[in-house]
Amino acid sequence: MKVMIPMDEDRQNVCVSFGRAPFFMLHDIDTNETTFLKNPAADAAGGAGTKSAQFVVDHGADAIITVRCGENAAEVCNAAEIAIYKANGTDANANLAAWKENKLEKLTHFHAGFHGIQ
Amino acid sequence: MKIAILSGKGGAGKTLIAVNLAAAAKKATYIDCDVEEPNGRLFFNPTDVKETPVNTLLPKFDATLCTGCLECVQFCRFNALVYIKEKPKLFDEICHSCGGCQMVCKAGAISEVEHPVGHIEQGFHHDICVITGILNPGEASGIPVIKNAQKQGFEQEGLIVIDCPPGSACSVMESVSAADCCILVAEPTAFGFHNFRMNYELVTLLGKPCGVVINKQDQPYQPLEQFCIEHHLPVLMRIPYNQNFAALASKGEIICEKDETAKAMFAELLKKIGGVAK
Repeated sequence: MKVMIPMDEDRQNVCVSFGRAPFFMLHDIDTNETTFLKNPAADAAGGAGTKSAQFVVDHGADAIITVRCGENAAEVCNAAEIAIYKANGTDANANLAAWKENKLEKLTHFHAGFHGIQ
Repeated sequence: MKIAILSGKGGAGKTLIAVNLAAAAKKATYIDCDVEEPNGRLFFNPTDVKETPVNTLLPKFDATLCTGCLECVQFCRFNALVYIKEKPKLFDEICHSCGGCQMVCKAGAISEVEHPVGHIEQGFHHDICVITGILNPGEASGIPVIKNAQKQGFEQEGLIVIDCPPGSACSVMESVSAADCCILVAEPTAFGFHNFRMNYELVTLLGKPCGVVINKQDQPYQPLEQFCIEHHLPVLMRIPYNQNFAALASKGEIICEKDETAKAMFAELLKKIGGVAK
């Protein structure tokens, strides 16, 4: 089972943006391996949410942990049956530990696009 | 001559200037490119209105032919396509109708279908051809409607006045791109000046000569005056607060047709930009 988390440049903290996060942390709970992947959508002119979500789908994630998530990215994740969890604080490892213990809540509010404006 | 009227914010007076400039010229074409809220027609009350629908093309996928090669998903620079559970999926509000996905699909799984986004109204106010672009509520982009409105308007001869949407985003660029010159409508306030500079930057990037109309001026706003001097921008007209102008406009009247002061002001503006009154 795989979980992905949008990450800041420091690779320690969860990025507030899902679509434009510079990195994703990919954690496989079966092998306990963690890898960092550059987000190909970070600098996209438009459609960063859909492209990031496609990236998550292509890596076979079963869940994501994120601060927030746009409507389009959520639609992709839902269609791919990827569960969306709400990050608690920004420490990625703490979030990962909480998620493993089933202590994170599902994200239920999805925002409309920012269209590049944060 | 094609002249675009723009401002960095709504309510500065674009439509007032555009409508009255066309009315002062007597024989002219007015194109309302503010397709999200076109209101020039409220003043012109055009007759003999003909409607033309505006459609865009959206890709349609035949799942039985799709091989899952992902060429289309990778090609789309707007990221409007995703591929989930062995099925392509389109986000139509992101799609720019470029047709690229259809071209790169080796399996022939993509066709294009028409999607209605708005319509164009064309009518007359005396000898003024009034063209209005109207975007359907909920549509993400007004560009296709603006393109069609301009195409229809550019078939006309003589002075063409383009009433732009507010701001300095894509829809404004599209509205301005074919213009020979621009009039920037500014309010003499800090907020108005800020938005005016964004407009100025845009038209400068596009290499359009421009002049300035300062609307609602009680007193000069010095930073704006200074900016116009430093950048050699001619101030073509200053419109003071005028109770009669406001009263006429609120009734949907064209002020240069009803008020002698306004008539003289707009005749002077028309002369300055080199437009010709009949």
